[in-house]
Amino acid sequence: MADALTVRVWRGKREGGFSRYQVPRLASQTVLDVVTHIQRHLEPSLSYRFACRVGMCGSCAMTVNGVARWTCRTHVAKVVGSNGELEIAPLANLPVIKDLATDMREFFDKWARGKGRFHGSRTRHDAFATVQPTSPERVAADAGIECIGCGVCYASCDVVAWRPEFLGPAALNRSWTLVNDVRDVQQSERLRAVAGDAGCHACHTQGSCTERCPKQIAPTLGIAGLKRRVARAAVRGELKP
Amino acid sequence: MRATGAAVEGAAGSRRAEGAAALAIAQARRWYWQRISAMVLAICVLAHLAVILYAVRGGLSAAEILGRTRGNWAFAAFYTVFVVASAVHVPVGIANIAREWAGVGERAGVWLGRAVALLVLAMGLRAVVAVVA
Repeated sequence: MADALTVRVWRGKREGGFSRYQVPRLASQTVLDVVTHIQRHLEPSLSYRFACRVGMCGSCAMTVNGVARWTCRTHVAKVVGSNGELEIAPLANLPVIKDLATDMREFFDKWARGKGRFHGSRTRHDAFATVQPTSPERVAADAGIECIGCGVCYASCDVVAWRPEFLGPAALNRSWTLVNDVRDVQQSERLRAVAGDAGCHACHTQGSCTERCPKQIAPTLGIAGLKRRVARAAVRGELKP
Repeated sequence: MRATGAAVEGAAGSRRAEGAAALAIAQARRWYWQRISAMVLAICVLAHLAVILYAVRGGLSAAEILGRTRGNWAFAAFYTVFVVASAVHVPVGIANIAREWAGVGERAGVWLGRAVALLVLAMGLRAVVAVVA
């Protein structure tokens, strides 16, 4: 292991450039450790975002050597180039606020546009709904429900880059978990919201989201499921408002 | 007056929602047709490859091929299905490519796709007629 790491870090907004830093190389060092070292010791004005440091909050995702990753759980050893260099940039497909911090508003607004909020019909006075853990709906919802909203899939999606109105893998994965929530009463509205090229039908099933999701979720699979559900609803005439 | 304004705005809003829903349904339908035609094409392409392998067994000559295809209505029916499936499948993909890689608008992309589909249909059917009739 070399004693020092050469790190190129994006500085600026949309316009800007990479600055070069030398960071001491440590055992079990994560990419977030590297960024934190730069900010605390070398470049106090460097902006970046993190909170939990343990892969739960989804706020520290960045582009590391060209690939979107959660930096708190990415070891330097795993991603460092053969030349011993690291290149750290903000997530793609999102406006840059400053340096490594991106504006996530559009990303989360799209969750709302995909009807990503649960709407039930029961009140606190009713009994709990019974959902069998082994039912196909529950199993499908379970497969997508651990999303931490880090934006790695969104930054990795070519369709998001080509069609700015496309909801993206994370929002559609959220919609898919709710489509499989048997308690939810907004199903027709949701299918309408995810139909068409702003929704699930623009997906080319390239699978970058599934490959890069740090939580091993498969949004591609959920989007394929949405396409089937929308087709079925369209045949039954349930999509008309 | 304010109530009327709100009503007008509400009506415009619901018209917008209807328009957006109609567009989404049309896009979903196009995707559906692309998928159905892809299933047909998958079978057609396999049969087509088999036909090619069979056709070149004894060397490739126009006379030999035309001898087999002239007046062969099964051949005509199969390749008509193949051409029609291509003409259904192609425009959706062309529209997507135009939209995503060339920055062409939604409507223009759809019309470009239709034009190419018409070309595929005309050239394909002409070829079928040429070898069968």
